[in-house]
Amino acid sequence: MSSIPDISLILLKGLKVTLIVLVLSMMLSTIIALVAGLSRVSNNRLLTGFTKFYVEIFRGTSLIVQLFWFSYALPGLFNIHLGSDIWVAVLAISLNYGAYMSEIVRGAILSVPPGQTEASIALNLSRFQRMRHIIIPQAIRMMLPEYGNYLIQILKATSLVSLIGLTDFLYYGNIYRSTHLTEAPTVYILILIFYFLLALPLIGFTRKMEKVAKKGVVHG
Amino acid sequence: MTWSWEVFIETIPLIFKGLWITLGLTIACYLFAMIAGFFWVFMSRIPIKPVNWLFRWIAEFIRSTPPLVQLFFIYYAWPVVPVIGVTLNPFVAAILGLGIHFSTYTSEVYRSGIESVDKGQWEASTALNLSTAQKWRYIILPQAIPPTIPMLGNYLIIMFKEVPLASTIGVVAMLHLANDYGAQYYKYVEPLTVVALFFLLLSYPSALLISRLEKKYNRRFDKKTATL
Repeated sequence: MSSIPDISLILLKGLKVTLIVLVLSMMLSTIIALVAGLSRVSNNRLLTGFTKFYVEIFRGTSLIVQLFWFSYALPGLFNIHLGSDIWVAVLAISLNYGAYMSEIVRGAILSVPPGQTEASIALNLSRFQRMRHIIIPQAIRMMLPEYGNYLIQILKATSLVSLIGLTDFLYYGNIYRSTHLTEAPTVYILILIFYFLLALPLIGFTRKMEKVAKKGVVHG
Repeated sequence: MTWSWEVFIETIPLIFKGLWITLGLTIACYLFAMIAGFFWVFMSRIPIKPVNWLFRWIAEFIRSTPPLVQLFFIYYAWPVVPVIGVTLNPFVAAILGLGIHFSTYTSEVYRSGIESVDKGQWEASTALNLSTAQKWRYIILPQAIPPTIPMLGNYLIIMFKEVPLASTIGVVAMLHLANDYGAQYYKYVEPLTVVALFFLLLSYPSALLISRLEKKYNRRFDKKTATL
């Protein structure tokens, strides 16, 4: 019967993979969300159509299905070898959450009152200047609370990577559990606590952003 | 490995069999989450601060940790918990695991609905000498629930897409059938594509329906505020 610190040490071997997948997915999905969100509000029909197609495909199917699909289809069907399954996981998670998050970007941009657009046209700003100086600064604060929520969702999604063989918390936990059946409760409670500790800063960020989004905004 | 239309066509009826299990499980988990959601609302309305605080953090804990780990906990760890532990079949474990996870979300939806009921309505029902049960039954809930229907519908779609997690503890639904087929014939991409297509075929029209519902309720809400 080994103690809680011993089990923790075994599980923490998976911290590195969880953190790598988490950080890379957060960055990549943010980039995808911004690009896809801005494309959705562009004037180019082809671009908006294509982005809408991407968003609906990835929102309409399940992340776990996408993860399996990517891990079999990329090397098998398309002969794409990303070097490590970490990249397969990052790609699947980012494309999935990028699609969800692009909807927040689009929603926030569309929710900036039309008077702001009209005023910037009246001020003779170019389309780029209007976006860069008027629309986006106001849209970003509206995006942030929802963005924080999605970061927590991404953290939760990183637990799926053990299913395609990556060595994260859950991977080590499952291996340990298979040889120490009676300690399964300790193992899974510890994993849940680790995830919660990782989630705490994100929860704090989300709460803070909710306050930021509410502060000093004139409604109506 | 190359794409084979033959395999693709061949796996459609196989995966279709799993669709019913996926749908059944979705509905079972969802009903559980809908009912259990009231538990958190009830607990957060107990007027004792520490109890309130405790349940708020328990809900936060469940909400921000992965449902997959929670499923494993219920399926593998629960049976060896002393005294209260019982062995569950995968189906029940999935309903409990996903149901409890999503109940922390539905409770937030209920809470937002209840908070959106105007303060005057509470005061008026007190003034009319309604009992607590009457107040909730006739005044608060009829106003609190309808605006949350689109949000609850969204969670049904989200639940549908989370249900394949249950294949990891052995529920033989769409994803499990696809992986089994893959393991047998080493053809993974075609059956997985069929699974993805079934998901898309069901969730996309439902999402359209929900957004129409949302518009309908928003319009009604706007009308109400316009006449105020």
